[in-house]
Amino acid sequence: MNGIPSSTFFSAPPDWGWLIVFYFFFGGLAGGCYFLAVLIDLFGRPEDRPLARLGYYISFPCIVISGFLLTVDLYRPERFWHMLIESNTFRPMFKPWSAMSLGSWALLIFGIFSFISFLSALEEAGRWRWPAARRFRPPAVLGSVLSVIGGILGFYVAGYTGVLLAVTNRPIWSDTPLLGMLFIVSAASISAALIILLAHRYGWVTSGLRALHRMDAWVVALEFIVLIAVIVSLGPVARAWLNAWGLLLFLGVIVIGMLVPLGLYWRGGRLGERNMTTTAALVLLGGFLLRLVIVFSAESL
Amino acid sequence: MPEPMGFYTDTTVCIGCKACEVACKEWNQLPSTNGGVNTLSGDSYDNTRRLDGIHWRHVKFIEQFTEDRKDGRWLLMSDVCKHCVQAACLEVCPTNAIIRTEFDTVVIQSDACNGCRDCIAACPFGVIDINPASGTAQKCTLCYDRMQVGMEPACSKACPTNSIQFGTIKELQARANRRVAQLQKEGESRAYLYGADEKMLGGLNSFYLLVDKPEVYGLPPDPKMPTRNLNSGSMFSVLGALLVGLIGIFNFRNHGAAEREEARR
Repeated sequence: MNGIPSSTFFSAPPDWGWLIVFYFFFGGLAGGCYFLAVLIDLFGRPEDRPLARLGYYISFPCIVISGFLLTVDLYRPERFWHMLIESNTFRPMFKPWSAMSLGSWALLIFGIFSFISFLSALEEAGRWRWPAARRFRPPAVLGSVLSVIGGILGFYVAGYTGVLLAVTNRPIWSDTPLLGMLFIVSAASISAALIILLAHRYGWVTSGLRALHRMDAWVVALEFIVLIAVIVSLGPVARAWLNAWGLLLFLGVIVIGMLVPLGLYWRGGRLGERNMTTTAALVLLGGFLLRLVIVFSAESL
Repeated sequence: MPEPMGFYTDTTVCIGCKACEVACKEWNQLPSTNGGVNTLSGDSYDNTRRLDGIHWRHVKFIEQFTEDRKDGRWLLMSDVCKHCVQAACLEVCPTNAIIRTEFDTVVIQSDACNGCRDCIAACPFGVIDINPASGTAQKCTLCYDRMQVGMEPACSKACPTNSIQFGTIKELQARANRRVAQLQKEGESRAYLYGADEKMLGGLNSFYLLVDKPEVYGLPPDPKMPTRNLNSGSMFSVLGALLVGLIGIFNFRNHGAAEREEARR
């Protein structure tokens, strides 16, 4: 192929830039924080509930920001509703084999779940009075069911973006089926990191927070393995990263965002409590850079 | 129901006059770039450079010369949307703005498109782009408006050498096969058809006669549907979610014991 490693190199870039990078980041946080909040609600201890509330507090604003970013990114933002309602028939617009169509519905439905949990968390914290809201959170039966469905939807929102990139014909994005998996694992790692950072700020250093820190280390290790698998699965297309983007991927994502945090987790005792926050800040930075590199490195080809 | 219609482009008789580009722009009222001031690319006679939202036809100029320029040839090709039978753009479009017409061609309805650009990333040929005038994705419609009243598309009508031919796919395939046989008989053994049969995306309703490898013309040798990654991508995502879930449950279920262990140390 005249040195061209894949037929994907003949497609054109869709001009998905900074707005999409930020959407991937906030969408990942929205889904990931909700999932972690559900996990803490269902498997944590009573004293961990403020941590779970924090997850819901982060999730809802992040999903609102995500919707805003996606709408602004359209060339015709006033037609955003065409994703949900077919504009010339006014029937529901649902196309299960289009990742973007499914994603639009997932964002809407997850947004509703996230909003309910957000209100419920505010009520529990005494920020407003509506006792019935407690039914929408575990341990109430209805709350548990809603949480599990919401948690699954949260992961969907966090991961569909990777599948969306794979369901194109762009180099890198569509040359591996692993981007969805990478984005889901990364959503969990950055969400845990953000909850840890904010919990520290509010002084909620509970055993649950330590569990989250421990979990984050395992998730970052998994993310590292998945990223290596992505690079291997790209085969000769991975040569497209032999440039500044590849350097950023190696230094920013792998070294600063994964290996240093893992090193700090296992060998960073001297930093004391700051170890946890430093690790979290680096993981968060690495997660952002990961999305930046994946979007822009393929856009520039 | 009309028969499937399309283009057969015989690149061996293209003379690079760009009448197709001009006719397309005129009929479809596509704007010029740079306020109409010509910008020279420095790449042969090709100043259009690529297909996009306001260039629905693009004549490619490929110069193949030896170092001493004693021997060489021009490859000329008028590129356009391939109106694939299995169309990637149509498949991913989340607003149903992209439709298949009664002529088996693929058309973007500008009033339904919201400019999400998923189709741009999905097209394996790099055909689609945003038209800045409308803010929507646009490409060749195979002159759907002309075809509906029984007229030939503007580009093939304007082509002075019959390099671009319009007709029913069946008739065009037969004509193209005869032309390949003729060229091969006359010694042009490199002649072949690109996208004329069902092997490539179910068949391209705009197919080509080429005399070099597809990539020389900027065409993908092996274009694929974007949904090839949908199932595998989804499966791996579920696996990722399950692994993260297990790590989470393991850490949280156990966290009382782990804390006590840490405290003992």
